[in-house]
Amino acid sequence: MSEEEFTNTQSKKEHKPNRKEPISTGSEWTFELLEKYDKEIARIAKSYRLDTYPNQIEVITAEQMMDAYASVGMPISYHHWSYGKHFLHTQTHYQRGQMGLAYEIVINSDPCIAYLMEENTMCMQALVIAHACYGHNSFFKGNYLFRTWTDASAIIDYLVFARKYIKSCEERHGVDAVEETLDAAHALMNYGVDRYKRPRPISAEEEKQRQEEREDILQQQVNDLWRTLPEKEKSSDKKQHRFPSEPQENLLYFLEKNAPLLKPWQREILRIVRKLAQYFYPQRQTQVMNEGWATFWHYTLLNTMHEEGLVTDGFMMEFLASHTSVVYQPPFDSPHFSGINPYTLGFNMMVDIRRICEHPTDEDKEWFPDIAGSDWLDTLHFAMKNFKDESFVLQYLSPKLMRDLKLFSILDDDRKMHIHIEAIHDEMGYRKVRENLAKQYDLSFREPNIQVYSVDVEGDRSLTMHHYRQNNVPLNDDSSEVLKHLRTLWGFDVYLHSLGDDGKVIKSYSCAERNHSGDQLELDANQLII
Amino acid sequence: MSYIIDRRLNGKNKSMVNRQRFLRRYKSHIKKAVTDAVSKRSITDMERGEKISIPTRDTQEPVFGHGQGGSRDRVLPGNKEFHAGDKVLRPKGGGGGGGAGEGQASNQGEGDDDFSFFISKDEFLDYVFEDLALPNLVKKTLNEHDAMEYRRAGFTATGTANNLAIVRSMRSAQARRIALSASSRKKLKLAMADLEDEEAKDPDLQNPIKITELNERIKKLEDKIKKIPFIDTFDIKYRNIVKEPVPSTKAVMFCVMDVSGSMTQQIKEMAKRFYILLYLFLQRNYEKTEVVFIRHHTSAKEVDEQEFFYSRETGGTIVSSALQLMSEIIEERYNPSEWNIYGAQASDGDNWDDDSPQCAKLLHEKVMPFLQYFAYIEITPNAHQALWRAYEDLAPQLGERFAMEQITGADEIYPVFRELFSRKTMKQAV
Repeated sequence: MSEEEFTNTQSKKEHKPNRKEPISTGSEWTFELLEKYDKEIARIAKSYRLDTYPNQIEVITAEQMMDAYASVGMPISYHHWSYGKHFLHTQTHYQRGQMGLAYEIVINSDPCIAYLMEENTMCMQALVIAHACYGHNSFFKGNYLFRTWTDASAIIDYLVFARKYIKSCEERHGVDAVEETLDAAHALMNYGVDRYKRPRPISAEEEKQRQEEREDILQQQVNDLWRTLPEKEKSSDKKQHRFPSEPQENLLYFLEKNAPLLKPWQREILRIVRKLAQYFYPQRQTQVMNEGWATFWHYTLLNTMHEEGLVTDGFMMEFLASHTSVVYQPPFDSPHFSGINPYTLGFNMMVDIRRICEHPTDEDKEWFPDIAGSDWLDTLHFAMKNFKDESFVLQYLSPKLMRDLKLFSILDDDRKMHIHIEAIHDEMGYRKVRENLAKQYDLSFREPNIQVYSVDVEGDRSLTMHHYRQNNVPLNDDSSEVLKHLRTLWGFDVYLHSLGDDGKVIKSYSCAERNHSGDQLELDANQLII
Repeated sequence: MSYIIDRRLNGKNKSMVNRQRFLRRYKSHIKKAVTDAVSKRSITDMERGEKISIPTRDTQEPVFGHGQGGSRDRVLPGNKEFHAGDKVLRPKGGGGGGGAGEGQASNQGEGDDDFSFFISKDEFLDYVFEDLALPNLVKKTLNEHDAMEYRRAGFTATGTANNLAIVRSMRSAQARRIALSASSRKKLKLAMADLEDEEAKDPDLQNPIKITELNERIKKLEDKIKKIPFIDTFDIKYRNIVKEPVPSTKAVMFCVMDVSGSMTQQIKEMAKRFYILLYLFLQRNYEKTEVVFIRHHTSAKEVDEQEFFYSRETGGTIVSSALQLMSEIIEERYNPSEWNIYGAQASDGDNWDDDSPQCAKLLHEKVMPFLQYFAYIEITPNAHQALWRAYEDLAPQLGERFAMEQITGADEIYPVFRELFSRKTMKQAV
């Protein structure tokens, strides 16, 4: 749709208040009403150029919602105790009334699956449809990270494949063995992502076909690596071969390809966990944008419906009450404060971008010369498509919004007695605050930078990893536990050195319990050499 | 394009397997919680779920993350009085805007809490039974609700055609017809009488108009009576059939335990399992189950459960005093023709030597004649003493109503009841 056409439809709406009859007046929903609302919302969404996957809207009960919660929202997943733990947690808290259930879960798939809870009122159902089925859905389809890293049409099939495969592993190798591998893989899940390399999209059919060949070939390759060990000529070679030749950041990938003792099925499980991590990777990087986009659109779509007279004032009151609580940001000193609410930040930034386009102030013109006064819809779509949280904040957070949210930046250095207020929402501080907030959403700052450094190929086969500290921030207490999992997968001793800014080792972790299964290891190692 | 799908009828227990996996993984924690609960609960109060708490630390899935410390920038909302360059003291306890990175503060705040959840009644019993080495069939019997029997219970206005009570329906139809036609029949009777009077008069004095009128009225009334339906849905009655639990008799269980100094708390806990098992069995089979606790050292006393299991006594042991008391209580309160009487005795085998023959005699003559079943367990790793030998001599005479076993662990309790449960299952099979 061209710009002119669009403004045309806009003006039609504004200048010819063609009031329609409300679709419904009560709070009860029916399937007919859902369809009517969906049809109207779809029509309005289209007029705003929201491009979506087809929607599959599923009405479910609260119990089913808890099930969906437990498996990270996925409609199908392999069995694992941690999902059971999640489920029990949700169930206990929900039944005691300590928490409500989220009113939507939406899955990045094609068709896009969204869950509506049957307990919701008509207003809430409409809100969820607008939020999930048109907001999130169009984000999944449009944002470059999702387009690059995930294949929405294949995810459900891949999950079915994963579930079947893991089930067959459990049958062949026992629940305990599979659980051990999964536990270890889950511990490293965040390090199973290619951050820079573009992945090939996963397809379940290919996956199934290739899986068996891969098992054999992988095992062969691993064996090859180790077979070279006993040959003496190589060790006399003065040139030190370092393996891996370059540090590896994708730990799960490294283990899948190179861990000497893993069985083929264990490699496949690592691969499954790695693929899922990769699938969730864009979501972790676009939380503010994704929620902000969806919240902006449920707000805009439902307001448009109200302008057209399709919903009643009572409906709007209920909607606004719910919307307001979603975008509430408690101040930092409130007992309810738990970080910056991504809904608040995202929604306000989207609204702010529209404001800058439509009613720019002098300040906006100075800060955003390229978008001030431009077509707001074009600008918003551009922002949605081409940014992630970090770059989005860096690009679009305006001084006005920093003032509205009263953002300030602190420097907390454990070597100093005091917390230093670095910058606040004033002329001097805007850039610093914005920079620091953006950094807060940068995954490479949020997660410790840990890489595989070397393998002692010619000695005890131990694996050494390096953690590069940023600003002297140490690792958490879980690290030695994670290392145990790593050792389970690697099969030999594992070392992790935490390096300071100057490259010196500040702290070392190791997991070298060879006594408990020493015989076993010897045996396996010999087998490999033969 | 949107598709709206109603999934509400799909299975809701998708997480069942994952839940089981979780319970399996934390079995040792749960078992400990159940064991604690068993020692806290009354033996008549085993049939409800339990809240299980596991330290959150144990259920955590470790991942690499930033720890406390280092220097870091943080952006916070809601500035009130700060200016750039201000220095603020670090708030204590990490609350508010303090030290830890985003999100971590709250994670660790929760870390002190336990991870709690509820297990169901059945799961609870499963864990209770776990070390008792019960055969599956028995476990099932204990977990099941009472068997139900269908029983006639009067009549009801609703039901299915096969339960139609014809006689009762006809009777109420007739009653309705009589009731509804009463006033018409009364009027008819009067009209008939009038007509008769009129017709009995001399033909000259007869009033033909009145006769016609009366005839008409009679016809009308007769029509009206005829119009009352012969049978109405209102009349239809069905045989009422209700479900009732099969056992409808009463049982009393005597728990007899030695509480002399040699009985440690651990032995008592094991004995408690023994009583629980018998109690649950009785409860399945009888509508009403009472429990009598008799503890003894040199003299016996009827006590409540708390005192039975947890008060400490010292001194010697005279078992016969308890059996004597038991027979007195039976005589006094539990008429054997009304009550099914069960006895369960736990001891560490100590008895005053001269008392043991006395015990056997008492048991044989004064107690067993009234009892359905008597089970004796001796919880000791030591050699048998006089009491065991006295009972052993008696056993052949008492047949399968008597069971005795020496045990050292909870898994050996079940064989004591084997006879009892096998009889029960046989009865069910027939």
